[in-house]
Amino acid sequence: MRSLLRTLEHATLRDIALVCLADALVGASFGAISVSGGLPLWVPVAMSVLVFAGGSQFAAVGVVLSGGGALAAVATGLVLNARLLPFGFTVADVLDGPWWRRLLGAQLITDETAAFALQQNDGRRRRAAFWLCGVALFAVWNVSVLLGAAAGGLIGDTDVLGLDAAFPAVLLALVLPALADRRTRVAALVGAVVAVAATPYVPAGLPVLLALVGLLFAGRPRPEEVPHRDGELVTGGVLKEEAR
Amino acid sequence: MMPLYAVLLLAGGTYAFRLAGPLLGHRLALSERVRHLLAVAAAVLLVALVATGALTQGHDFAGWARPAGVLVAGVLALRRAPFPVVVVAGAATTAVLRLCGVG
Repeated sequence: MRSLLRTLEHATLRDIALVCLADALVGASFGAISVSGGLPLWVPVAMSVLVFAGGSQFAAVGVVLSGGGALAAVATGLVLNARLLPFGFTVADVLDGPWWRRLLGAQLITDETAAFALQQNDGRRRRAAFWLCGVALFAVWNVSVLLGAAAGGLIGDTDVLGLDAAFPAVLLALVLPALADRRTRVAALVGAVVAVAATPYVPAGLPVLLALVGLLFAGRPRPEEVPHRDGELVTGGVLKEEAR
Repeated sequence: MMPLYAVLLLAGGTYAFRLAGPLLGHRLALSERVRHLLAVAAAVLLVALVATGALTQGHDFAGWARPAGVLVAGVLALRRAPFPVVVVAGAATTAVLRLCGVG
């Protein structure tokens, strides 16, 4: 641990700490919203340890709380997490080594850890940034979700407190940075219109998946685009703002 | 409800996405086009969740209080307000509107 800390620059350590702090707030809101919405405490807690991907956890719980089926929730979460696939390829060199290190390290691949690893230019630092950020985030995320879930159980009538607005508000704050790209914005708008228009007519959970027709407007990647920049959304985007 | 099998399915699938790179990274590369589509797909789903979550409840309109709160949160987020401020202001707006009798 000491040597990990010494490998990294002060600015990187500070940024990792800020990201952990911001994620703690997101985690606590996830726990609180899930439990106050009516889910048993083990659901947000187990999801946070086993899934460990904030955006998809919010998405899956959102589908379920709006009356959707469990499978629609799983499908939504999985489409959202498909972006971890390219991240895995990008940080593959960081996880080189014994098989157990790859298996453990894979679970720590998130928007944040991939972004921090990619910032570093030499192999030793990439590795240090990835593992330090990954282990710290895993600990902070799970503790804050547990605390939030425990607090969520104490809240009485959630509608009086406006907590039903908190869930879309959190997601909006997380996704905004990704919408700076015009084609992403168009695709997302088309998708949102389709989803809202379909809501009265199709089973809950399905409208969000129907939004994927918006991908027809995604266009092609610009040649000058740096590969990983495009993927820095969900928590990565908003956290970068705060880290600055 | 979110049964245990659903949590495990989501966890297993997510882990598979994560593990593919570290296991196959030397033998396989993803095209730029696929990376782009995956990133846009994530944004599309999140925005659709925001829209349906803000505007609808079950199969019906959610009433004005909730989308108004989400709108306030969105404006604050655009102005780079800190995350807790964004969320609390959104919820508070909805709560106050309901207190005033807006549905």
